[in-house]
Amino acid sequence: MKPAAMLARGSITMQLCASNLTIARGGRAIIANLSFALCAGECLALTGPNGAGKSTLLRALAGLLPLAAGTISLSPLSEEFVPQQAHYVGHADGLKGLLTVTENLEFFAAILDVGMGGLPVKTALGKLGLAHAAKLPVAYLSAGQKRRVALARLLAVRRPIWLLDEPLTALDTASRVLLGQIMTEHLTQGGLIVAATHAGLDLKGQELRLRAAG
Amino acid sequence: MTTPKGTPKETSPLAALFLRDIRTGRRIGGGTSLGIVFFLILVTLCAFAIGPDLRLLGKIAPAILWISGLLSTLLGLDRLFQADHEDGSLDLLLTSSTPLELIILVKCLAHWILTGLPLAATAPIFGLMLNLPLSELWSVTLSLLAGTPSLTLTGAIGAALTVSLRRGGLLFAVLILPLCVPSLIFGVAAAGAGEASLVPFATPFLILCALTLIAGVVAPVAAAAALRNGGR
Repeated sequence: MKPAAMLARGSITMQLCASNLTIARGGRAIIANLSFALCAGECLALTGPNGAGKSTLLRALAGLLPLAAGTISLSPLSEEFVPQQAHYVGHADGLKGLLTVTENLEFFAAILDVGMGGLPVKTALGKLGLAHAAKLPVAYLSAGQKRRVALARLLAVRRPIWLLDEPLTALDTASRVLLGQIMTEHLTQGGLIVAATHAGLDLKGQELRLRAAG
Repeated sequence: MTTPKGTPKETSPLAALFLRDIRTGRRIGGGTSLGIVFFLILVTLCAFAIGPDLRLLGKIAPAILWISGLLSTLLGLDRLFQADHEDGSLDLLLTSSTPLELIILVKCLAHWILTGLPLAATAPIFGLMLNLPLSELWSVTLSLLAGTPSLTLTGAIGAALTVSLRRGGLLFAVLILPLCVPSLIFGVAAAGAGEASLVPFATPFLILCALTLIAGVVAPVAAAAALRNGGR
């Protein structure tokens, strides 16, 4: 499964490769010697008990935590671009309560853009059923609605890799179905998803079970 | 405010960031006016503490204005990145393809426009309260205009270093205040260079401008390095 071999087969599809990852926090290795490869159109579901390192791994993939050892590469692109090709949706929604939903999303559309385009803000909000809330300050929204605004980022800016940390948190049943559809659509378009989850995601791909360290 | 229909992609990333910071700063509830009120209170306190000696007051007015300006500029500056860190948007800024150094520079610019600029603009009025000679009003204003950006930029380094600390305010002040000494020295020297002074205005003023320019280059790089390593 060498990236070079993948490219040699003439496919220009992306592949996310992590080899021998070791990630330490506070001097303690949370993830040790982890390797995986994820092809375009696949979802990697990270499962495991609390404290197993799911969020840590996602933050490291997003370039927010340094690697103690190992490499993360995105073929055919070079290694250093991985965080810029990835959408990170973490526990915090990253929204400013004083700004309206549209203002928040327009800001992210501009700052996260990597020249791959994306849906207009209005359409992205409509897809997540938030068209009616577009002009409201984010502070007035419920936790689930804020989550949906954060997820609307995924559509407003196109990036091939989605790193989702517990994406279903605070979402109601209808929104969960909606998110499932959006994720499936992303995969069929040749995207990659790495998602940490406790609830099962009904998506094509692999599961990586992390064990609690020590 | 209605946004025109169309493509948000046309907005440049840095313009969008600038707009967001100005908007949040303005909507936070009189952020700008509160800074000015704090400035006014500091100046008034000094005047009360020194007493009714108008000649003495006029003589040390540039120093009072500069110290009050320094403290008002640093007030709230420790939150420059902390607010973004807490709501998670700092993580997203780090995954942007825009260089972090430029992002920091733009954030500093937005912060300075909301705090430093109004400070410099109101300084002559407060100068009158301190019996500042009329000939020195413009030199105080100009020196604050040229000097406060260096304070904001230097403060950004401290803000980046203390970003993940809940009660980083005091540590921030301890880290940053010593670094503000050069700007303070040349700022006060320029501000006090009136007609009666021995020092010409240009000499300290140009050094002050140089300090601001140096801070404009060094501070974003240092703050970016601090933020990148903040995840450890």
